[in-house]
Amino acid sequence: MSFITGVGLTSYGKHEGSSSLDLMSKAAELAIADAGLKRSEIDGILCGYSTVSPHIMLATVFAEHFGIQPSYAHAVQVGGATGLAMTMLAHHLVDAGVAKHVLVVGGENRLTGQSRDASIQALAQVGHPDYEVTLGPTIPAYYGLVASRYMHEYGVTQQDLAEFAVLMRAHALTHPGAQFHEPITVADVMASKPVAMPLKLLDCCPVSDGGAAFVVSREKTSATGIRIRGCAQAHTHQHITAAPPLSELGAEIAVAKAKAAAGIAISDVRYAAVYDSFTITLAMLLEDLGLAGRGEAAARVRAGHFGRDGAMPLNTHGGLLSYGHCGVGGAMAHLVETHLQMTERAGSRQVRDASVALLHGDGGVLSSHVSMFLERVR
Amino acid sequence: MSDRPADWTKGAEAIVYQTCGACGAVQYFARHFCAACGAPDPSPKRASGSGTVYATSLVCRAATPETRAHVPYNMVLVDAVEGFRMMAHGDSDLAIGDKVTANYRPFAGRLVPYFERIK
Repeated sequence: MSFITGVGLTSYGKHEGSSSLDLMSKAAELAIADAGLKRSEIDGILCGYSTVSPHIMLATVFAEHFGIQPSYAHAVQVGGATGLAMTMLAHHLVDAGVAKHVLVVGGENRLTGQSRDASIQALAQVGHPDYEVTLGPTIPAYYGLVASRYMHEYGVTQQDLAEFAVLMRAHALTHPGAQFHEPITVADVMASKPVAMPLKLLDCCPVSDGGAAFVVSREKTSATGIRIRGCAQAHTHQHITAAPPLSELGAEIAVAKAKAAAGIAISDVRYAAVYDSFTITLAMLLEDLGLAGRGEAAARVRAGHFGRDGAMPLNTHGGLLSYGHCGVGGAMAHLVETHLQMTERAGSRQVRDASVALLHGDGGVLSSHVSMFLERVR
Repeated sequence: MSDRPADWTKGAEAIVYQTCGACGAVQYFARHFCAACGAPDPSPKRASGSGTVYATSLVCRAATPETRAHVPYNMVLVDAVEGFRMMAHGDSDLAIGDKVTANYRPFAGRLVPYFERIK
């Protein structure tokens, strides 16, 4: 058994003068305090990576910097799926008795620590060095290719995709920590600068500075426990050139295994936290996970289904698209928000019922997937 | 794989793939073994350059000075008639399902496969 006992999140956007370690430390401190623990009680550390400050031993660099001497520590690298992959590992570590309280932390000064070109270039390297990167692709281009095919097969339009950007922005407006606070419309998304068609600027998540952390513990540390009920991964390919057909991608495989591990059906889920690096990512994953029928996710957005007051509130902090994306910490914000919703601490963003949540992360180009179910226990 | 014929990744005007003598699998990324069954030494073969467009994305925002000089450029995934999928460049008006054939064009200091619609 394992519980997420504390969460910490910085605002996303510009943190001029903060290093990756600074942002990780800030989030870690918040998470440990939220769990009601002392630093000395943390006996395990899992951290992600920083493209601004790469290091072969980031977990111990962080542990020393932060001032703890854990009995278990290392970094994890699964691209955008890193946050949930670390959470899954922490779950198994505490469940197996390897550690009692594992600190999961990610943070990066990706926006102010390097140029936007450098960030785009660093991310493009998920492609094949000989057969893809030589062609001058970008991460939006890899997803643009996927988008063109998905739209072709399932009749999805650019206006449909724009709905997801508008929804995430509407959610971000209610969170003071979000990077963007100006409302946008479908027309704004359609008129935004082309990046890698069919994806335009507002279909893409931004580059941000920020940090996020949580503590995963064997026992709950407060009356309300947020239990990790079950999780699973799937890794079908690395490069988009080698990806399976759209109907056989990893999200469907991961969520099927997670449902079996958790003994939970999609109909039990009350809140969803789904990776949204691009509008197409969110549209596809919602449909792959079974939160909408094929080609029907946009219609559900229009009907208010995924809004704060809808039947399946989704990424109520604004997601990667509008809360921001600082690398590993990016999708960890989804889990922090889920925790706040489940513990009824989301303030003006609070949904009616977040007793059972489904989280999903994606790394690479729909390459690596982690699905996870959380439940509230009292 | 030392006798692997030069292809566009090495600057030659050619697309090369491999077939496995043991299981018959076709693979595009060159390896010393078959990724489907593990058998050693799949045979390199030169592709015809004919295929069908699987996906497209017109890149309008590039991240390096060398690639920016070519913006916009159309990235495509093409399903080759020989049974493998590859990434390349192509005409900006290509649509999914178009039958295409490969040429080669300079891009950011190298030669890359460039697909045009078969008239």
